[in-house]
Amino acid sequence: MTDLTRRTLVKGGTALGAAAALSGPALLDWAKAWAQASPWKPEKGAKLSMLRWKYFVQSEDDAFVKLIDAFTKATGVPVQIARESYEDVQPKASVAANTGTGPDIFWGLYSLPHLFPQKCVDMTDVADYLGKKYGGWVDSAVKYGKSGNKWIAVPICYSGALINYRLEASKKAGFSKFPDKTDAMLEYAKAMKAQGTPGGMALGHASGDGNTWVHWALWAHGGQTVDANDKVIINSPETVKALEFAKALYDNSIPGTASWNDGSNNKAFLAKEVYWTNNGISIYVAAQNSAKDVAADMDHAYFPIGPVGKVTELHLMYPALAMTYTKNPQACKALIAFMLEADNFNPWLQSAKGYLTHCLNAYDKNPIWTADPKTTPYRDVAKRSLTAGGLGSVGEKAATAIADFIVVDMFANYATGRENAKGAIAIAERQLKRIYR
Amino acid sequence: MTDVALKSRLDKRPIQEPTPWDQLKTNKNWLGLWFMLPAAAILILFLAYPLGLGVWLSFTDAKIGRSGEFIGLENYEWLQGDSTFLLSVFNTMLYTTVASVIKFAVGLYLALLLNERLPFKAILRAVVLIPFIVPTVLSAIAFWWIYDAQFSIISWTLKEMGLITANIDFLGDPWNARWSTIFANIWRGVPFVAITLLAGLQTVSPSLYEAATIDGATPWQRFRFITYPLLTPIIAVVMTFSVLFTFTDFQLIWVMTRGGPVNATHLMATLSYQRAIIGGSLGEGAAISTAMIPFLLAAIMVSWFGLQRRKWQQGGEND
Repeated sequence: MTDLTRRTLVKGGTALGAAAALSGPALLDWAKAWAQASPWKPEKGAKLSMLRWKYFVQSEDDAFVKLIDAFTKATGVPVQIARESYEDVQPKASVAANTGTGPDIFWGLYSLPHLFPQKCVDMTDVADYLGKKYGGWVDSAVKYGKSGNKWIAVPICYSGALINYRLEASKKAGFSKFPDKTDAMLEYAKAMKAQGTPGGMALGHASGDGNTWVHWALWAHGGQTVDANDKVIINSPETVKALEFAKALYDNSIPGTASWNDGSNNKAFLAKEVYWTNNGISIYVAAQNSAKDVAADMDHAYFPIGPVGKVTELHLMYPALAMTYTKNPQACKALIAFMLEADNFNPWLQSAKGYLTHCLNAYDKNPIWTADPKTTPYRDVAKRSLTAGGLGSVGEKAATAIADFIVVDMFANYATGRENAKGAIAIAERQLKRIYR
Repeated sequence: MTDVALKSRLDKRPIQEPTPWDQLKTNKNWLGLWFMLPAAAILILFLAYPLGLGVWLSFTDAKIGRSGEFIGLENYEWLQGDSTFLLSVFNTMLYTTVASVIKFAVGLYLALLLNERLPFKAILRAVVLIPFIVPTVLSAIAFWWIYDAQFSIISWTLKEMGLITANIDFLGDPWNARWSTIFANIWRGVPFVAITLLAGLQTVSPSLYEAATIDGATPWQRFRFITYPLLTPIIAVVMTFSVLFTFTDFQLIWVMTRGGPVNATHLMATLSYQRAIIGGSLGEGAAISTAMIPFLLAAIMVSWFGLQRRKWQQGGEND
């Protein structure tokens, strides 16, 4: 990985990039000035507590702690940070929403705020302010952030789930790059398995890696869980096609993917057991530290385009929301706005090494995306992402359907041969109909 | 004279009928009730109330962060036709039955073994307890590694020995996953059964065995007519607890499989958590939890009535 020094930043980046190198006293002066000018004045004696998802890259967390410290110094508001595995933020937030006590700010994933929209502080002013200042929000972020016509959370970032694949083995199988069409991808999987370098994608209860690829596969073939009016339309020939595609893929994958959780493919890829999979950039980042040969011999690719002929990816969005029970709503707003200001967000984005992608267009210019061409695909995940629930609303119902692994189980049921297509779809349809009643 | 004296005394102290209040004041049961109140309050507050609330929730469509409307039996009607729920009931029954039977058999065998005169008896007894002492989550993570699809130590060993060519898919195949999780549960549960039964064995008077030996009883007869009948009450208690723990197991499954592959290892407890807390359908999750109560009550009843009946305890001859 190219070393990011201040010099390369100034050379390679724009003015925005140069500003990103603020640190130490300069950062504090800027933070103080920001606090003076900010439209959100923290309440007197305010204290905040925040529960966030547990970092994947240590450097990201260090940068985050630094910016929170700057916030505390500038505004006098102490912030207590707790970290939980990203799947566990949701139960904690749910319980907090239910009991009316807990951390003021939750930074979780997907449509977390839509599980209890009426418990979220209205963030419309913060979202409008940031959108105006930084080139607007990407489409999917707007859809995730809003409930009705008000913002109930502020989208902070996405973590992309793209194809990770090994170069040498792919070339040997006759593919110079990862295929960009689903049919070709099947050929690729077959060829890779035939030469003893198989790949695979999670079909177990993996909230991230499982959900991202099965939804992509469903949408790529024109299948949808619900239509624009939230009517269940899973039972369709398109869904059957998607299932058949996934089964063919499963049959040409490494055995055991039905038991994979979110961490399984990372381990297997780094151990040179798996040669293609879907994942965030974490495999690449880990490989640079512990398996340099793997890092040099791998690359990332967008998910292939299916019969529908357009991009149908699903990426994880991490929204921050403030609970209505907080005594300090202004302080919450100030903190969230502060996080997304260029002087904080740029260095933070760089510290995440490509793991996280911005959802404000201006940050496309961040040098992280061009410093290493292997990270470039992850620049666009927020733009490319559709939202949970597909055509339907991103509300509570979509979140429940995803949390309950309905689509993952439908694919797993069919791919592992437990159910025929009709049976697998019928089970999913019954559960969806109940959720969307 | 005496009459007068008596009369005056009677005048001074008219005999009163004791009021109900007086009776109450000296009633031991009434006093006892007051002494029991603190304990009863704790039980009601921390046991009966949550249980009642859970049952009540199961009749509503409550979501996380929102109290629901009363919808009667709708949740239960829906669950009746929900294949995932029915599968989880089947899994729970299988898991409980197989694990409990094996835990009992292995536990009893270990207890009998440890009851003999062995060298290093104290150390052995301590070693047997280890699986029980290790926090469940830790042992679950260890088993998750042992069963890993790519890095399983078992698969690796067998491959190195040339016995298999491909990794065994411990947690990816439905039946493999079921047996694997059951094995992990057995490994954790055996010590509890073994040590408790061992404690029971220690209480059996040696004179009984001496008498039986003099009468020429075989080791099997000694077990069948002395050890087993005297151990029965302890067996009943231990197995009740063991069945309850197994039936409500959550941590092992959650760490190892999250209920996967394709819900093949979902127990009622894990499914309830997934639906209620992660999926947000509190009412439905509560209904799944409430559906466990009849099974648990049945398990308690068996041991309760069993303990009441001497006939059952003593092998049927004398009532």
